[in-house]
Amino acid sequence: MCTMIAEKVKVEGSGKGTSGWFTLNQANVSYDHPFNAPYEYALNIDFVNESLGPSARVAVELSESAARDLMRTILSALEQAEAGGHLPQK
Amino acid sequence: MYTTDMYEGVYAETVTMTSANGDSINAYLARPLGKGPFPCMVLAHHMPGWDAWYREIAFKFALHGYLSISPNLFFRTGQGTPEDIAAKVRADGGVPDDQVVGDLAGALKYVHALKDVNGKVGIFGTCSGGRHAFLAACRAPGFDALVDCWGGNVVMRPDQLTPKTPVAPIEYTKDLSCPMLGLFGNDDTTPAPEQVNQHEAELKKYGKNYEFHRYDGAGHGFFYYHRPMYRQAQAVDGWEKVFAFLGKYLA
Repeated sequence: MCTMIAEKVKVEGSGKGTSGWFTLNQANVSYDHPFNAPYEYALNIDFVNESLGPSARVAVELSESAARDLMRTILSALEQAEAGGHLPQK
Repeated sequence: MYTTDMYEGVYAETVTMTSANGDSINAYLARPLGKGPFPCMVLAHHMPGWDAWYREIAFKFALHGYLSISPNLFFRTGQGTPEDIAAKVRADGGVPDDQVVGDLAGALKYVHALKDVNGKVGIFGTCSGGRHAFLAACRAPGFDALVDCWGGNVVMRPDQLTPKTPVAPIEYTKDLSCPMLGLFGNDDTTPAPEQVNQHEAELKKYGKNYEFHRYDGAGHGFFYYHRPMYRQAQAVDGWEKVFAFLGKYLA
């Protein structure tokens, strides 16, 4: 809210929260104050399912460089999966 | 000044209060015990939510002789841990300014109706709460002193305005109805020093009673002892300025 940088994206998958696994349907991405990470601002991702209430949340708070490394690593893993024929046929 | 032979006590609890729009929300109330009447403080909590720091700050103000109320500005978002609720608010782009001003005006009305108060009410906020406190001091008549600690987004570009935040708070400066204390870190980016300067120029333009203090070696949130942005010397000096300012205008 201080930076006003917040975006939402629909996702499919599962997340493990404080009460165990639950179905995810949204990721909230912001660059704003984290609650725990030792930075003034962080790249925050909350994997949520709002229909299950506010506690259905898996949170990560990353430094800017860690967020960029993670993004590259996710894309690299997906490219390897695609090259190996592991992705579902569209 | 406190001395070791003095009686001291604070009674603090969660209460239900009514917002200016009629909604019931909860709030944390900390009231000094002993001989009143007491001045009052309304506390506008920060973006990380209606959290332990704000309950502690309500207690701190009460220890200094101020009956304090901290309304839960995120009440309508739902109930859960302060972090889970604040995370949802953050994802939703905050809460509407009009609603927050109504909640803070409701808190003002609530403390005015209590016994053993002196009729003077200040408002304090940090981070987004500093912004909200400034908005309330401009738009809700009746506050006697404002403390804005590093309130960001007082100055907003047109492309930053949203249905929840339709007007940049700086536009309301002409309506500020009480003395203002502003504390800012020169390494902050929300507000950046040039935005603080812009706000100060607007206060000067309208002849407002204000004092701004800018701290070198501090960024955003330098009072937050539990965060890496804490700056001990600046925080100690800042709190001294807060209580000197309130003593001047709320006695």
